[in-house]
Amino acid sequence: MNNAGTCTHGRSYYQPQDLKRFGEIAKHNDKLAAKFFDYYGEVFKPGALTAREKSLIALAVAHSVQCPYCIDAYTTDCMEKGADEKQMMEAIHVTTAIRGGASLVHGVQMMTQAEKLSV
Amino acid sequence: MSRTPVQPAAEQLRILNQGSARLSALPRFGDKLRDAGVHPLRATGVDILQVNVGKLCNQTCQHCHVDAGPTRREIMERSTFEDCLRAIAAGGVRTVDITGGAPEMNPHFRWFVEECRRLGAQVMVRCNLTILTAGPAYRDLPEFFARNQVEVISSLPHYSQSWTDRQRGDHVFEKSVTGLRALNAVGYARTPGLKLNLVSNPVGVFLPGDQAGLERDFKRELKSQFDIDFNSLYTITNMPISRFLEALLKSGKLEDYLEKLVQAFNPQAALGVMCRNTLSVGWDGLLFDCDFNQMLEIPVTPVGTRHIRDFSRSALDHREIALDQHCYGCTAGAGSSCGGATV
Repeated sequence: MNNAGTCTHGRSYYQPQDLKRFGEIAKHNDKLAAKFFDYYGEVFKPGALTAREKSLIALAVAHSVQCPYCIDAYTTDCMEKGADEKQMMEAIHVTTAIRGGASLVHGVQMMTQAEKLSV
Repeated sequence: MSRTPVQPAAEQLRILNQGSARLSALPRFGDKLRDAGVHPLRATGVDILQVNVGKLCNQTCQHCHVDAGPTRREIMERSTFEDCLRAIAAGGVRTVDITGGAPEMNPHFRWFVEECRRLGAQVMVRCNLTILTAGPAYRDLPEFFARNQVEVISSLPHYSQSWTDRQRGDHVFEKSVTGLRALNAVGYARTPGLKLNLVSNPVGVFLPGDQAGLERDFKRELKSQFDIDFNSLYTITNMPISRFLEALLKSGKLEDYLEKLVQAFNPQAALGVMCRNTLSVGWDGLLFDCDFNQMLEIPVTPVGTRHIRDFSRSALDHREIALDQHCYGCTAGAGSSCGGATV
């Protein structure tokens, strides 16, 4: 498999139509699936955060976990909730800042270790 | 934006019904209503007379179901307006909803508004906002609207310039902001009795989101960025006819969109659709269940009263609504009507 999620024989591991089949994961454990989907539905209801804000967070997380299904689903959802490309791109930059920052902050550990090794 | 003529109404209906194997495989809208126990769909009365005074407009919007524009010449004549007034007076119509095109461009527009008010009807005008900046002949429209206590309903797809201009044309957002400020300046949305409502269509191949949530966002952004006030936001689903149908065909997204509408079918939304209490009059006086049926040339079902001069409440009040595949646009999700979501 390469970085684009494609097998060596050319078939993509990710099939767009599989997103519509998400509910089928109940097939082998309907009890846990029901709990998950109930929880999922509850999470995205407007609360202290608006539905649009939650959708933008979902989009940002989708980019962090690099889930193409989630990116498709939450780009659509964000647009339906009135978030335009500017808002969505800002959300993705938040992902990028945290992911980049998470790497960069480990530079302190590197420097600490380097100091330990220094005389 | 320039206008490319759309396909004839009969061809649009053929495409929606059997334009491809996927479209032919979709359940018929009438069957869907039958399964939900709401067939036949009947009108509950004629509370609102929606008068489309013509296809002439100063804009050429990408999604326009009227295929309106500056080169259109089909506008309502004085005698047809007079037929409308007779129907309003005789039929006890409480609300007159004036639409177009840009209705203000019809030379009889102001006279008609005043006559409707004289008859005691509430008047709503679907104003595209940019007409308010289109020259000296239109500059005093805010005062005219206020004087006649007209409810103004205006399209603003989004509070961002990029999305609004993408759907409605270059510089439309900027002109719309100017128009909204002019309406606020004469008291709209700031004085009781002067209502200013906005309409938002999705800027693309997706369904409108939660109306209340979008209204909160629109209010916050328009107030903070432009000091603009309005009363309510109505969300409307893009109807897969006319220019939007052309765009869907061109981009190869028609099947996906229709399937999305069918999947989102909501029988509760069907009960609140606008055709149940509204009668639509075309620029030539012909009668339809809604503005969309008007554009698809699907007349009202009672054969003896298909022109406003033959208006008969007894024949029209509980008429069976004429349905076709495009009606899925009004029953998807939270529903869609000229007054926004229906559930």
